[in-house]
Amino acid sequence: MDYSEKVMDHFANPRNCRLMEDANGVGTVGNPTCGDLMTIYIKVNDDEVIEDISFQTFGCGAAIATSSMITEIAVGKTIDEALQISRNDVAEELDGLPPIKMHCSNLAADGLQAAIENYKENNQ
Amino acid sequence: MYLDNSATTQVSEEVFEEMKPFFTEEFGNPSTLYGIGRESKKALDLARQRVADAINAKPEEIIFTSGGSESDNLAIKGITFKLSKKGKHIITTNIEHPAVKNTLGFLESLDFKVTYLPVNEDGIISVEDLKEAITDETILITIMHANNELGTIQPIEEIGQIAREKGIKFHTDAVQSFGKIEVDVEKLNVDLLSLSSHKINGPKGVGALYIKKGTRVVPLIHGGGQEKGIRSGTENVPGIVGFGKACQLAAENLDAHYEKLSSIRDELIEKVLNTIPETYLNGSKEIRLPNLVNFRFKAIEGESLILLLDAKGYQASTGSACSSNTLEASPVLTALGLDPVDVHGSLRISLAPESDTFDVDEFVNVIAESVKRLRQMSPLWNQELDYDNIMCRKHEDNCRKC
Repeated sequence: MDYSEKVMDHFANPRNCRLMEDANGVGTVGNPTCGDLMTIYIKVNDDEVIEDISFQTFGCGAAIATSSMITEIAVGKTIDEALQISRNDVAEELDGLPPIKMHCSNLAADGLQAAIENYKENNQ
Repeated sequence: MYLDNSATTQVSEEVFEEMKPFFTEEFGNPSTLYGIGRESKKALDLARQRVADAINAKPEEIIFTSGGSESDNLAIKGITFKLSKKGKHIITTNIEHPAVKNTLGFLESLDFKVTYLPVNEDGIISVEDLKEAITDETILITIMHANNELGTIQPIEEIGQIAREKGIKFHTDAVQSFGKIEVDVEKLNVDLLSLSSHKINGPKGVGALYIKKGTRVVPLIHGGGQEKGIRSGTENVPGIVGFGKACQLAAENLDAHYEKLSSIRDELIEKVLNTIPETYLNGSKEIRLPNLVNFRFKAIEGESLILLLDAKGYQASTGSACSSNTLEASPVLTALGLDPVDVHGSLRISLAPESDTFDVDEFVNVIAESVKRLRQMSPLWNQELDYDNIMCRKHEDNCRKC
């Protein structure tokens, strides 16, 4: 697979890959039958800023790299700002993904949105 | 360490040396009558003899092709087009190589009927199923000798016996088995058998189809009448010369290589299964090629594993959807009845006889570390998942599974 150096770096040295026991928002997206499943954990503070973020991912190199990358993009952002992060933003930050992976393994933005929705439900 | 020899192999020095003159000074067309052409013709004859000897055939039963895929196409289309007035039914298995599977798919579009025999969890068909599938309309049985992903071996002799009794033509794709286990066309009772050069340390772009004397096929390529009119086109002389040499070497070393490879294979199977928890062997443990193993590891995805192993200097392959061009998980592993999730966690290792420096313990440690690392990252490992609350936001439009 023709991955960029940045993808390979995030795959080989994933940032913030851990289960977060005290998360107040958790989102899981994907389908293990198709080969990718991603859980994003967030800890949002009273100012609605994402203070901590982590992930766990079952999937290919691109799935792991996009998960890792979004934790770097989203940390310190407010949840409204974080909701603006798109799949393309993640791919661009990784210097691109192979075309076949753009649609399939580029799930991190959806995972983050699911985690934020879960946080909102928890805090209604 | 290259461990993907079922994908392709390195051309051996001896083979390369034998090929060299036919690129430069010995460039003659074997169909011509003057000296330089006759030299090429002689080289072709020798290669044909060597291929024939390696499978216990006669030289006139060997047709050179561009490789395994062409041989499969020629065998299957060649027979069905020849016999289509007699019947339109073909029997095969659901674990064939794409060169067979997709050729049959094409024939289905031309109104041929195909029966796909299932395999058991060991990856082997039932001869009883085959007997039941035969009808008066059946004109061809095509069943691979050894599977390219699993390494498991089908009961070809027995199938050939049944085909012969019923007067049905029988083709086997022996691309993976040739050079690894005995391939004897007389013992196997086959009418047609496909071979490839680049799987046995020969060059790419050349292969052969064995066609038993008296069996007639319609050609795919029409032209100047080379290869007895069955495969026109000026012969790939350097390639064929290399293939011939590779066949000779494979036949000479068959027993020694079998012994060496099967002992490494068995050590690898034992150590991987004993060292790494929740790990399984795909396909029969006993009825398999000496050089090929296929494992599956729970809760991890194969492409990631391949990338980690590559970073440690080991090249292997996987049946995971994420590593295929079609984004489809391996139909062969799915045919074993495995959970689709587990199919993604497969690893195929195919050894070469020249792997003298292969340290099994070291390799098993690298696999174990890589699997452990991916499991630590995986939400499927040691966690109960609430599937109802998982949102599948994958591929709204082009996912076939979700």
